[in-house]
Amino acid sequence: MKIILYKRGAEADLYLDEWYDRKVIIKMRVPKSYRHPKLDLKLRTSRTLHEAEILHEAKKTSVPTPTIYFVDEKEAKLVIEYIEGIRIKEHFEKLNHIDLNRICRDIGMKIGLLHKSGLIHGDLTTSNMILTREQKIFLIDFGLSFHSQDNEDRGVDIHLMKRALDSTHYESANLCMKSIINGYAKIMKRDLMRKILDRVKEIEDRGRYSGERHT
Amino acid sequence: MKSMKRVKQLNCLGIESTAHTFGASIVIDNGEICSDVREIYIPHRGRGIHPSEAAQHHNSKAQSVILKALKGAGMNVNDIDIIAFSCGPGLGPCLRVGATVARALATYLNKPLVPINHALAHIEIGILTTNVEDPLVVLVSGGHTAISAFGGNRWRIYGETEDITLGNLFDMFARATELATPGGPEVEKMAAKGCKLIDLPYTVKGNDVAYSGLLSAALREYQKGTPLEDLCFSLQEIAFSMMVEATERSLAHTEKKELLLTGGVAANKKFQLMLESISGLQNAEFHVVDAKYTGDSGVQIAWNGILAFQNGITVKIEDSIVKPRWRLDQVDISWRS
Ligand SMILES: Nc1ncnc2c1ncn2[C@@H]1O[C@H](COP(=O)(O)OP(=O)(O)O)[C@@H](O)[C@H]1O
Ligand SMILES: Nc1ncnc2c1ncn2[C@@H]1O[C@H](COP(=O)(O)OP(=O)(O)O)[C@@H](O)[C@H]1O
Ligand SMILES: [Mg+2]
Ligand SMILES: [Mg+2]
Repeated sequence: MKIILYKRGAEADLYLDEWYDRKVIIKMRVPKSYRHPKLDLKLRTSRTLHEAEILHEAKKTSVPTPTIYFVDEKEAKLVIEYIEGIRIKEHFEKLNHIDLNRICRDIGMKIGLLHKSGLIHGDLTTSNMILTREQKIFLIDFGLSFHSQDNEDRGVDIHLMKRALDSTHYESANLCMKSIINGYAKIMKRDLMRKILDRVKEIEDRGRYSGERHT
Repeated sequence: MKSMKRVKQLNCLGIESTAHTFGASIVIDNGEICSDVREIYIPHRGRGIHPSEAAQHHNSKAQSVILKALKGAGMNVNDIDIIAFSCGPGLGPCLRVGATVARALATYLNKPLVPINHALAHIEIGILTTNVEDPLVVLVSGGHTAISAFGGNRWRIYGETEDITLGNLFDMFARATELATPGGPEVEKMAAKGCKLIDLPYTVKGNDVAYSGLLSAALREYQKGTPLEDLCFSLQEIAFSMMVEATERSLAHTEKKELLLTGGVAANKKFQLMLESISGLQNAEFHVVDAKYTGDSGVQIAWNGILAFQNGITVKIEDSIVKPRWRLDQVDISWRS
């Protein structure tokens, strides 16, 4: 089978290939000529390693993630399971309220499972979630992921999800966010969740404040 | 009478006073810019904008700036059809100077008063001067650091700073290292003489950035005696790379085919080149606002005044309070789809 460029992501070029009879994605973090080579190398290798490590750990939390087959730190290259399905981003607009609710609650639970295990995704958008035919939601793109039990980091994670909805799916954003929080609440303890949601508000206000400028 | 021939040309006087600049300009409804007059308040060396000092400065310049703007356009005050002013976001005392002058003129001339959002003004002047249609916008200045695109009836925020802005980063760094004000152009000049990349914190969170950690670390390096050239070089390198990464992520996510750079920091050549590079990677056309209109001016307010007025937006004098925290994504817009 010929290797074909499957997608160009924000950070990586993704190729479709076969690996011992399995369909796989080769994720190559290619050098970016706009930035300093030293910084470029550092970012590409650290992201690749983080992605490999956290993908692996997320699996143990029962959050569906692609299986990882091969890591090449030097080339900033990952070989991961190909997930057949459709990105949530494209799927979202076509859903009725009931399905939307169900999917968002599911997303909320997945975020909760990660957070409860001390993992932060770091780039929660509807571009980074794949829905399979069996209605299973896979989280992908763990390049910005890291370990943390800190409410600030959890808050930023939720904030990013919320903002992705507000910007990309503004028509259903409020409804979806409610369902996500409902799902999240199934996993996280009430009082802890409160603290995290308070932090989300704080983070939003920081952004607002920048409109005013620091003199 | 409207249906007969051409409707009379509309002349808008725009007044800008959100921060350091007091500006006035006259723009015609066909997009022609007739005049552009600015007076800029410069704080004492080593200090930031002092809001009430800046307001005093604006007060003392307001009349002459507006008269020059009229003269430059070859118009007298009776030729003005609309008065537009920066209503926010910005520094309260500064905003109130522009608003007061605008109210007085609108009352005296009995002409409509139009409140303008300063962030939107940066975007619309970018669109006017580049002819883009549906861009992803990178708005970077002293007051703003945001990635935005239009959807529904509003500019939606895809990413932004979680603490200080890119302009603030440069201005605050320059102040602490005794470079001149504003800091951005000074850092840019210094950076051209440096080449060593110093290890400084790089913080990107999805499409968001955060700069305060970078600022503190850079200042610590300065205290240690690291050459300023190399520090400026590194500060720019890291700060811009962060913003460019967030922008590329937003481009990949939104799949917009145009990228528009606007706001004061858009003047930076290095930053322009970096964004041009990722535009190529994401199959988007790269555009920068006309170099004359990167920074604050009455022009962007006057042009937005035309757009807003044509879409029925005016404000009664008694309701025309300034809004220091008015966010871009709170403005409803009826002239785009
Ligand atoms: N394991 C996978 N299976 C199927 N499609 C994938 C997989 N990983 C990534 N993709 C597709 O490629 C796109 C970019 O991949 P991603 O990992 O998000 O890279 P980037 O960090 O560059 O955003 C995703 O939005 C998705 O459409
Ligand atoms: N060449 C440059 N490089 C980087 N920053 C710049 C450059 N020129 C101006 N700036 C920055 O732009 C900011 C001013 O932006 P402007 O849009 O005029 O004002 P405001 O912040 O009130 O919207 C300042 O922070 C200044 O340092
Ligand atoms: Mg991605
Ligand atoms: Mg500005």
